[in-house]
Amino acid sequence: MHPHEKIGAAIAAANDAGRTGLVPFITAGYPDPDTFIDTLRIVAAAGDVVELGVPFSDPMADGMTIQRSSFTAIENGVTLAWIFDQLAAAEDIGAPLVMMSYLNPLMAFGYDALAVRARETGICAFIVPDLPYEESADIRAALDNEGVGLIQLVTPATPDERLKLLAGASRGFLYAVTITGITGGDAGLPNDLAGYLDKVSSLSPLPVCAGFGIRKAEDVINVGKHAAGAIVGSALVEVLERGDDPEAFLRGLR
Amino acid sequence: MKSELDAGKATALLDASIAGTLPDDRGRFGPFGGRYVPETLVPAFVRLEQGIAEHLHSDAFQEEFRSELRTWVGRPTALTFAPRLSERWGAEVWLKREDLAHTGAHKINNAIGQAILAKKLGAKRIIAETGAGQHGVASAAACARVGLPCRVYMGAVDIERQAPNVDRMLRLGAEVFPVESGDKTLRAAIDEALREWVTDPAGTYYLIGSAVGAHPYPYLVRELQSVIGQEARQQMLDLAGGLPDVAFACVGGGSNAIGLFYPLLGDRDIELIGVEAGGTGDGLGQNAATLATGTPGVLQGSYSIILQDKNGNVQETHSISAGLDYSGVGPEHAMLQAVGRVTYVSASDDEALDALEELCETEGILTALETAHAYASARRWAKENPGKRILIGNSGRGDKDMPTLTQYPARTNANASA
Ligand SMILES: Cc1ncc(COP(=O)(O)O)c(C=O)c1O
Repeated sequence: MHPHEKIGAAIAAANDAGRTGLVPFITAGYPDPDTFIDTLRIVAAAGDVVELGVPFSDPMADGMTIQRSSFTAIENGVTLAWIFDQLAAAEDIGAPLVMMSYLNPLMAFGYDALAVRARETGICAFIVPDLPYEESADIRAALDNEGVGLIQLVTPATPDERLKLLAGASRGFLYAVTITGITGGDAGLPNDLAGYLDKVSSLSPLPVCAGFGIRKAEDVINVGKHAAGAIVGSALVEVLERGDDPEAFLRGLR
Repeated sequence: MKSELDAGKATALLDASIAGTLPDDRGRFGPFGGRYVPETLVPAFVRLEQGIAEHLHSDAFQEEFRSELRTWVGRPTALTFAPRLSERWGAEVWLKREDLAHTGAHKINNAIGQAILAKKLGAKRIIAETGAGQHGVASAAACARVGLPCRVYMGAVDIERQAPNVDRMLRLGAEVFPVESGDKTLRAAIDEALREWVTDPAGTYYLIGSAVGAHPYPYLVRELQSVIGQEARQQMLDLAGGLPDVAFACVGGGSNAIGLFYPLLGDRDIELIGVEAGGTGDGLGQNAATLATGTPGVLQGSYSIILQDKNGNVQETHSISAGLDYSGVGPEHAMLQAVGRVTYVSASDDEALDALEELCETEGILTALETAHAYASARRWAKENPGKRILIGNSGRGDKDMPTLTQYPARTNANASA
């Protein structure tokens, strides 16, 4: 099995067990670099796939919560190389990992080295929020060489033709952004979410995971009726920010 | 940093640039440029690109744009001979006076052009970012002129150092949105404007203020600002009796510089020099000399030269001038550096202050702190190359800089004792 195929398998296993796949997001090394791997294990035990954020100086698709966690992590010395080193030194984390990073840190690392290091450390796919499909050929080819996926995002603003293109190109899962906006909004999920997710799911050969604005058990249930998985980001980072128990929070979502 | 292109490629790129075929249909100036934006914005960029293709060079748009430039902006702006400065420098110095354009800087050429375009594209509101506040003021004025609501994102640090412009924006009917995240200067303001655009890509038009960002912005801004160089070239022929030996412009994101340089690229005998902010020194974080010290990377939508650490995090910058205080630069400048057509140098905070004062004393022109960097570098060049004809892009006026300048006492009666 290629690394990127482990993701779909983990989501499918959750669905087979009658659950919506749960994909928690944390900013790597936040709130404390020393407890990174411990936090990751806790989150991985409660989630089916874990999305790991690489902190970046200009997180232009993220709201205040993830911005704050990102800036704090950078101040504490968290870098892509450091994250790989920590993962390499740790035993099996317990869930397939997806890495979320803006493009520039990946470019600075070098795509070929990135792909190899990702495979070595259990990163099965990447989400790159400022990389549209049209600009992705180089990194996609490098990741492909190591069986590591590049997850495409679709949004409510995506025209149908483009949606088909992106669904066909995605590896791992297809990321359906629920709202027209950035992460961390508190406007709630849109009313026409069901129709949108049904459409995306019908056009995608891969499991569809919905993300942005999913904060509570009710949201996971609602999304789960129309998508294979739910991604929970800002709400979990807020839990970490407050110093609350991430395990209890995530159990409450399942 | 000078990115390496082999000689054959560089020649072909420069030829293409002069022939007017760049950016290519993927928004690239050679390796630089492109479109690195969140998926939510992709349809908005496609619409913008189609809108530009339909309108920008249409007779109807050009007629309206030219008419606004003439009757509202006050173009053509003057070309001024600077006799006393010339004498001091041992050169023949000519100034392209964008400070005389409405609202006091070149920024208005771009703002009114994009505001007209936004109206044609059916936008309901306009958002913009600003560093020095000049683009914010220009956007506020242009939005009032075309009748669209305007919100300007401005870093908290810049709100403080460019206070007069904040008041002007408010009076021109714009909303000024303070940005407290990131470095609280221009880069953070652009990030925040992009975030806002992501929440309403269909109804909002993002009026970017420099030749930066994702394709087609660097192209659009260049096209709208090229009026500077087109006028200046003709004025040099008419008034100076010939083209300059060298032309200088300050470079923040690079809009006034590309506007002046682009129409001069084909006059290969004219040396072109872009001047970045040298700040207080060469160290990381002490300046905004992106092209001189940066490396290739992706920031805010395009692949260009940026100031970053080895992990790809963008570095904070320092400049006494808010409009140059930016860690990136437009992709076309990265290309022009790589092919060797334009040289990029820097001038320090102190040199800029000095040059600003000298221009006040000799020619009675209070120039913007941004612009003062171009003078500082031109003066240095003139000393090394005596007797040459120099054209300087005087991108804006310095009234907005009074809060900063009052911290540096004026040399009283310098004229009397000179
Ligand atoms: C007077 C003036 N000149 C130059 C600049 C720098 O911008 P650009 O490099 O886009 O011309 C600014 C920016 O605010 C400005 O106000």
